[in-house]
Amino acid sequence: MTLVRTKIGRRAFIRNTGLAGGGLVLGFNWLASCKMTPEQVKSLPKEWFELNGFLKVADNGLVTIMSPNPEIGQNVKTAMPMIIAEELDVAWKDVIVEQAPLNTTIFSRQLAGGSQSIRQGWESLRMAGATARHMLKEAAAQAWQVPFSEITTKEGQLMHEASGKSAGFGEMASAATAIEVPEEVELKETNSFSIIGTDTKNVDGQKIVTGKPLFGLDVQREGMLTAMIVHPPAFGMKYKGMNAESVKSMPGIKDVFHFEVYQEDTQKQWSDEGGIPELVAIVGNSTWECMQAKKALEVEWEEGSKLESTAYHEEALSALLAKAPEQPARKDGDVEAAFKKAAKIVESTYSAPYLAHNTMEPMNFFAHVTPEKAELLGPIQTPEFLEQTLVSRLGMPVEKIDVMMTRMGGGFGRRLYGTFAVEAAVISQKMNAPVKLVYTREDDMTQGTYRPAYKVKYKAGLDENGNLIAWHVRGAGTNDDLIFENRFPAGAVDNYLAEKHSLQTNVTTGAWRAPRSNFIAGAEQAFMDEVAEASGKDPIEFRLELFERAINNPVGEPEKNDYNPERYAGVLKLVKEKSNWGTDTGKSRGVSAYYCHNSYVAQVLDLEEGDGMPKVDKVWCAVDCGIVINPLSAKNQVEGGIVDGIGHATYSAMTFKDGKPEQSNFDRYRLIRNMEAPKEIETFFVDNGIDPTGLGEPSLPPIVGALSNALYKATGRRHYSQPFINERPPLVG
Amino acid sequence: MATYTLNINGKKQEVDVDPSTPILWVLRDHLSLVGTKYGCGIAQCGACTIHLDGKATRSCILPVSSIGEQKITTIEGLSENGDHPVQKAWLEVDVPQCGYCQAGQIMTASALLESNPNPSDEEIESAMNGNICRCGTYLRIRKAVKTAAKS
Repeated sequence: MTLVRTKIGRRAFIRNTGLAGGGLVLGFNWLASCKMTPEQVKSLPKEWFELNGFLKVADNGLVTIMSPNPEIGQNVKTAMPMIIAEELDVAWKDVIVEQAPLNTTIFSRQLAGGSQSIRQGWESLRMAGATARHMLKEAAAQAWQVPFSEITTKEGQLMHEASGKSAGFGEMASAATAIEVPEEVELKETNSFSIIGTDTKNVDGQKIVTGKPLFGLDVQREGMLTAMIVHPPAFGMKYKGMNAESVKSMPGIKDVFHFEVYQEDTQKQWSDEGGIPELVAIVGNSTWECMQAKKALEVEWEEGSKLESTAYHEEALSALLAKAPEQPARKDGDVEAAFKKAAKIVESTYSAPYLAHNTMEPMNFFAHVTPEKAELLGPIQTPEFLEQTLVSRLGMPVEKIDVMMTRMGGGFGRRLYGTFAVEAAVISQKMNAPVKLVYTREDDMTQGTYRPAYKVKYKAGLDENGNLIAWHVRGAGTNDDLIFENRFPAGAVDNYLAEKHSLQTNVTTGAWRAPRSNFIAGAEQAFMDEVAEASGKDPIEFRLELFERAINNPVGEPEKNDYNPERYAGVLKLVKEKSNWGTDTGKSRGVSAYYCHNSYVAQVLDLEEGDGMPKVDKVWCAVDCGIVINPLSAKNQVEGGIVDGIGHATYSAMTFKDGKPEQSNFDRYRLIRNMEAPKEIETFFVDNGIDPTGLGEPSLPPIVGALSNALYKATGRRHYSQPFINERPPLVG
Repeated sequence: MATYTLNINGKKQEVDVDPSTPILWVLRDHLSLVGTKYGCGIAQCGACTIHLDGKATRSCILPVSSIGEQKITTIEGLSENGDHPVQKAWLEVDVPQCGYCQAGQIMTASALLESNPNPSDEEIESAMNGNICRCGTYLRIRKAVKTAAKS
């Protein structure tokens, strides 16, 4: 056992004293979706005892665990409670999971982003479970008049071997609420885990497959109105005026008005980036009636700033890449001198377009704002920031604002930017009624907050023995400077120069699953193969040599390099072994490796040639994310990232003409479909007992490189511009 | 506005709506059957898939006025206790990530198996190709359809 102080998140462990001793009776709504058997009715708990902010134990031994973070499909609603249940030492079948509301006094970092929920929650979740277990043990020790140290637990049972006494957690729960919160608790040894590391099914699975209301769009309330917005048709345009009278009299329409989402004195958070300051709202009784009114409404817009087209973005990014920035982001050695003496030089430029998030559930939010209080309910990755913006925008103290999260029909970064929830609140305040704001797919796709467009130029120098002696990367993005200057191959090349530019544009951008990495990994790993080919070495051996250099004799200060070369090389070696690299499979094969969100991923991809676009036959994927909480769902995340990465690099793009998005729905914006997904994906996790790191994002970035490298093998041509499907002449056939 | 009597999940339901209203919004807004999802509104993504006389149909472009006597089945009515073989297979394989598209996927898959109880890999991929999953659960979807076919 490891002793840890309960400092982190300690405020969460202090009980609400109002409940102590008295217990807490809750509704039994978690069973409402199933017909209860008489046995289930008999076993319903009579009282619940809150041992800390994360969990409650019932008199019959059932445990309710609050999942603090928003659920966007990354499955934290199963994984986070698993960690608590592990340290509590309760059987998983006795656990009921509930989504916690925003509560900054109990929970820290209630945010879904950066693949950090598990990594940053790890310690406090373990402590929450361990603290409650400690208190239950203490209660048993006092009841049985035996030493605390002689009490053991197993699957919700307290035992004292010497006296033969035992009790369920439920029997000691009431007494445990009176126990002092311990200063120190024991954590389990990682090799004694019985819940963590086991395949555990999604806690919302039954509700999902039976169509229960889980999502923001499913929220319905008595007297609720539906609201829609009309936003400018082009980036650079702003509201001028409208004549809404005829639309206001359409069936079911309550009001049509222009409004300011943010006022001049609104204190905005970073999550308000990308919000359009002025919009038109249509409020009515039903979705279809609002949609009809939206079609009929004519709004006048005027030019407020430059109307940018895709051609402009491409030219402006190229122009930036043609010049050096004032300061390099990182410089080791002297690349210019090294290029002069290099035996071979390789140079390439890679690019990718804007992408929309396209969560399957379009943006929406429920708001009921009255002069007394504000109730917000919906899909949001950043509830805490939303609450802060609402304090300022609604002019209400924080204690009068309740923010609750629904399950989300996808996040991918889009729901970090909760401007839609602010819009819902402002509309509800004006209507003085409960309102559900709904974006149409077209609103969702054309509103902005896109993955930036990127372009990057690489130049590498090899000596006469094929050793990499110089690496120069210069990257640029729209509203984003793209380059992680301290990531690989920084630290593995004597002469290294990283430079970055950002192009300011009015097409709004934001984080999109694995920000920056989602493009730069594919570009870097494709270029790495170009350089490996020029060196005459095997692409995996070429990379491993560089990692050896970074392990044995890193360039620059080692702590500056933002990766662990041994773990990096580890996943590459693992995927090499599992894929039988070097054997002829008759397929076109590509490799790639990348590090992001504190995790390491290496992949090998086989393409099968046929008519038209080659099809991905199989992907082997090696992952080092430390301890895997739930392998069943971890593999799902890895597979999803791979499909997502292949799909967007191959098929997807947002383009603009005079500021107007040229894609507004799935007829013109192509997402990967079932037939285009790999036939097989095999995932291997490194078992090293290291504390867990991110998994929602890391499998996506490298797969673009593996695909690109396999496409080169299949077609004999390099693919420098995404989406690859647009390559002219066509890739194949 | 007009009154329609619809046969939904084996029950007669009366609604008073504009004849152009797609059945998707009748289900969601007027009958509180929100399991059928809105994804695109132009029959491109499959999130709104229902069964119309047993055939997988996109509800987002289907006006209520065109339904007549045809029987509508939604995800809520696919089985009484959530134990249709396709639903069970979806749970066994643990398909969902965000879960939003899965009702539509399940409705497409169950209609496929109704007409073709033993589909080939190609037939599964082809039948499921109209349903987008942004999370990328396509491999598990295929596996779950096969699992359901075996049961």
